[in-house]
Amino acid sequence: MTTTTLGGRMWRTLPWFAALAILAIAGGPLVGSTHISLRRALDPTLPFADNVDAQIFFVARLPRTLAGAMVGSMLACAGVVFQGLLRNPLATPFTLGVSAGAALGAMLAITFGWSFAWLGIPAAPAASFIGSLVAVGIVYALAQARHRGLSTNVLLLAGVTMNAFFSALILFVQYFADFGQTYRILRWLMGDLDVSSYEPLVTALPLVLVSFAVFAWLARPLNLLSLGPESAGTHGLDVTRAQRAAFVSASLATGAAVSVGGPVGFVGIIIPHLVRLMVGSDHRLVLPASALFGAAFLVGCDVIARTVMAPVELPVGVITALIGGPFFLWLLLRRA
Amino acid sequence: MKYLLAILAAALLSSPPAPPPARIVCLVPAVTETLFAIGAGAQVAAVSSFDNYPPDVAGLQRVGALLDPDVERILSLRPDLVVVYASQADLRTQLGRAGVPTYVYTHAGLPDVTTTIREVGERTGHGASASQLAGTIERRIATVRHTIDGLRKIPALVVFEREPLSLRGIYASGGIGFIHDLLEAAGGRNVFADVKQEAVQATTELVLARRPEVILELRPAVTTETDRRREIAAWDRLGSLPAVRSKRIYIFSDQKMSIAGPRVGEVVETLARTLHPEAFGR
Repeated sequence: MTTTTLGGRMWRTLPWFAALAILAIAGGPLVGSTHISLRRALDPTLPFADNVDAQIFFVARLPRTLAGAMVGSMLACAGVVFQGLLRNPLATPFTLGVSAGAALGAMLAITFGWSFAWLGIPAAPAASFIGSLVAVGIVYALAQARHRGLSTNVLLLAGVTMNAFFSALILFVQYFADFGQTYRILRWLMGDLDVSSYEPLVTALPLVLVSFAVFAWLARPLNLLSLGPESAGTHGLDVTRAQRAAFVSASLATGAAVSVGGPVGFVGIIIPHLVRLMVGSDHRLVLPASALFGAAFLVGCDVIARTVMAPVELPVGVITALIGGPFFLWLLLRRA
Repeated sequence: MKYLLAILAAALLSSPPAPPPARIVCLVPAVTETLFAIGAGAQVAAVSSFDNYPPDVAGLQRVGALLDPDVERILSLRPDLVVVYASQADLRTQLGRAGVPTYVYTHAGLPDVTTTIREVGERTGHGASASQLAGTIERRIATVRHTIDGLRKIPALVVFEREPLSLRGIYASGGIGFIHDLLEAAGGRNVFADVKQEAVQATTELVLARRPEVILELRPAVTTETDRRREIAAWDRLGSLPAVRSKRIYIFSDQKMSIAGPRVGEVVETLARTLHPEAFGR
């Protein structure tokens, strides 16, 4: 193992993760709370408007599966990057206030009945994305204010504080909501992939591509950062630049993921840890493997969410939380 | 035995019939409406923060609602009857400790609406007019049932809430409760009748699979004609739904549609006319 090249290890492991992701994405639309005939769904002679099976397949299940893959891979990668950046194994994509900012944005949109659509995204997801940017903007400004470069300690503390502060604001705003709005807020906070169209995915795609491009570049800097900022600097890394790139790209990816699926919990912590158990800690392997495994995991959880309570369907966040909570505790015990 | 008889005698003889309450605080909008409809409006001292019907409530004091009743303000009004929800256990305890009588309202099905009206009438000294009102409602619903008798039950989806301009977060009526009863009384067949909950979180797939022929949305926030048209157009992506193809999607913004009060007869008739226009000679 120690003498094998990185290329060889990639070649031996990544195809398995890719196969798993493809299997999940291809299999996801085949199962659901209702029974459909695949032959009928794919029959080109039937007009689409009359074909219920095709509509369930292409309007309900396929976008939901693709949303799961997109959100799962982004949250998993963002988790890896935040854990590397903060050098803290318990960091998640939501540690630095992104999800609380997003939740506050969505809540304002719902409570005050904003009904605009921005670039084809309805008000709540659009406002949640803006909210996440505001939150990370504040955290970033704080972490940079008194230090040259980024202080990861200040990042962490500022993030935790912002989370608490935004949660308080959320409770305050919630006081003005009526029953229907309260329900919608709760539903949004659970995290749900039933996007029912491709529009949100297409809108988020540019952000996904940019984030992944930066993640690809980040793999080596993250490896060096894991030695500590000083050692990384002596290895010739522009530490501040790498930290900024990591912070901004992971925050954007998280914001985009949350605007599509709401704050789906635990994916960003379960996946990076499982992947590290399987492939080691080299980010050049961990990042692509997490992207693929994250996609497969969330699509898999969503299949459970859609079928376990049939005929009704659950939001996927309930399932990830049920799996993730105990996992998180196991991780804590294992480290202690 | 002698002891029991003594208590009974004391209860029967010593307490004269209590006078009807003169300062009612009502936290339940459906009951507020009833109080005004049976002629007890002048006895109402304060209402909940969600009350807006009849217009007479506009000038009344507000004392919170289901989740945030303001106990201090309620007590400061020195009420002789407070109408509370059954789930407001803390409030009931506090009022009980202060010796304030309560009427406990339970939100249940359609048949309970007229029962509540009669009880509220008895309790406030307007038994006769309450009984008359309840009778009128029951007859109106019976007339509707008679008019649509024998007609096919129309498979319908009732939506309480969803994200504006999208089909995300649909919250629909399940197979029990007041709204479900309204729909069935109006000649509809709830597509989620088999889900024994008051509300169902309906995903796109569930809606497609249940194939409603009519979609009824109770959304007070959608008020303008432009909004209504845009919200109806949001369903277009589910083109295989019979309701979408025959353009039978209706958005009701009037709050009366979901209030289990004196206007239920009217509501059942509105829904029946929407579901079975042919039966009402359109």
